[in-house]
Amino acid sequence: MEKLPYQKPYIKKLHAGAMNKFGTRTGVQPVKSIDGVSVKSLIENYGSPVFVLSEKQIRKNYRAAYRAFSTRYPKVQFAWSYKTNYLNAVCQIFHQEGSWAEVVSGFEYRKALGNGVPGNKIIFNGPGKSTADLQLAIDHDSLIHIDHFDELNQLLVLSKNLANKPRVAIRVNMDTGVYPLWDRFGFNYENGEAWSAISKITASGILHLTGLHCHIGTYMLSTDAYGIAANKLAELAVRCQTQLNHKVEYLDLGGGFPSTNTLKGAYLPGNDIVPTIDDFAEVITSALLNFGFANDDLPLLILESGRVLIDDAGYLLGTVIANKRLANGKGATIVDFGVNILFTSFWYEHQVSPAQDFVAHSENMVIYGPLCMNIDVIRESINLPQLNPGDQVVVHKVGAYNMTQWMQFITLRPAVVLIDEKLRTHLIRQNETLEYTAEPELIPAHLNNAK
Amino acid sequence: MKLKSNIATSDNGFIFNPSTGDSFSGNEMAAQLLSAMKSNKTEAEIKQDILNRYDVSENQLDRDWDNWMLQLKEANLLEI
Repeated sequence: MEKLPYQKPYIKKLHAGAMNKFGTRTGVQPVKSIDGVSVKSLIENYGSPVFVLSEKQIRKNYRAAYRAFSTRYPKVQFAWSYKTNYLNAVCQIFHQEGSWAEVVSGFEYRKALGNGVPGNKIIFNGPGKSTADLQLAIDHDSLIHIDHFDELNQLLVLSKNLANKPRVAIRVNMDTGVYPLWDRFGFNYENGEAWSAISKITASGILHLTGLHCHIGTYMLSTDAYGIAANKLAELAVRCQTQLNHKVEYLDLGGGFPSTNTLKGAYLPGNDIVPTIDDFAEVITSALLNFGFANDDLPLLILESGRVLIDDAGYLLGTVIANKRLANGKGATIVDFGVNILFTSFWYEHQVSPAQDFVAHSENMVIYGPLCMNIDVIRESINLPQLNPGDQVVVHKVGAYNMTQWMQFITLRPAVVLIDEKLRTHLIRQNETLEYTAEPELIPAHLNNAK
Repeated sequence: MKLKSNIATSDNGFIFNPSTGDSFSGNEMAAQLLSAMKSNKTEAEIKQDILNRYDVSENQLDRDWDNWMLQLKEANLLEI
């Protein structure tokens, strides 16, 4: 006799009271493949856990963003934010699409050069540029975005007696109606510091003020803030023209557009509340077009988007290690990836999907990683069908920051795989090995017991 | 592991505890186990019956049984 399908016994307490006005979301669907490549085969071939990136989705995101701006404004340039994900294969996709590089350290700068980006298409941001970094950027005719007066003074020293003036911009911070105010990057607009820096640069005669830049925040949910920022930068540019007779060639609105991940504590899911890239484009380009620049004299608009272009193209595949029940009766599932490689689980409620069929009954549970640390929580509360050890799961929208901010801790960082547009898989970063982690270590002779 | 005597259960998995007013819903397997426990079968008998009829390994069932007991205890449905 054929046996009946089994499911784990499970009871759930029923609560009377006010219904959630949005109703209960049901219908968790298994995610068995990514871009047509099965999760099972990816884990079989590359191990578990493993990061997977979709080249198709990256290109789609880039083209949608570029289209949103370029159909509204005649001169648009994107610069890929290296810190969001600087795996070389990822950078090359953006460079193929036409992106410049936006870097914030000497390390990233050299990475961009290594990726074949011409020096004059590298934007050098960040508050921590060394003398050697600045010299390198000067030598390659890059766009140096000055963060503070000490950096400006250092550039003035380095630029004496040069045949060609280094091209610089200043970073401007401002009140855009979003709090807390990001006033740590660059020179303040309202108190006149930005204008002082502009005056000092133009008066020096040895630096060429090419642009104005701002980076007003991250995961910004207000489009209005960008309208205010665009207006303030435009005002500075026009003032440069009228008072200093100096033309600013570009305005760089930085990054900060959100992905559709759900922030922790948010009442509604990210998909429902996050403005689209078209919403941001509309506000920014309208502000610039209506500011009063002559039509043939509009500044180039630069955008340094990162997160919004890659977050939803990244997946983390993993495996269930065990289930347990906590002291309060709540179910817990332990998976084989921790917060050390999924840094964004500290601020997002990542969607997690089973990668195989399951029984319909779902349970509220906590998902823990394998680290022997209390903070290693992937999801504090999620409704999922019961998962068995060995079952595979897919974490969604992990493409931004995780592959740059990940930490090697008690285990090795996993492989990263790219699925190209023809659905072929490519290993773009190997799993680390014990030898790799030991390679930079040195043992003094008196402690070396290994023969 | 004895279920409290006054707990009301239905065939489709609804559970009511009249002394606390709490109610619960369970899946099909929960309903089966509750019904078997109410008929005073032993743990071994209940497990053997499940093993005979359902597609599950003994190892898996043992683990799920322990988990089941934790759920009943947390729900205050077991005799102390």
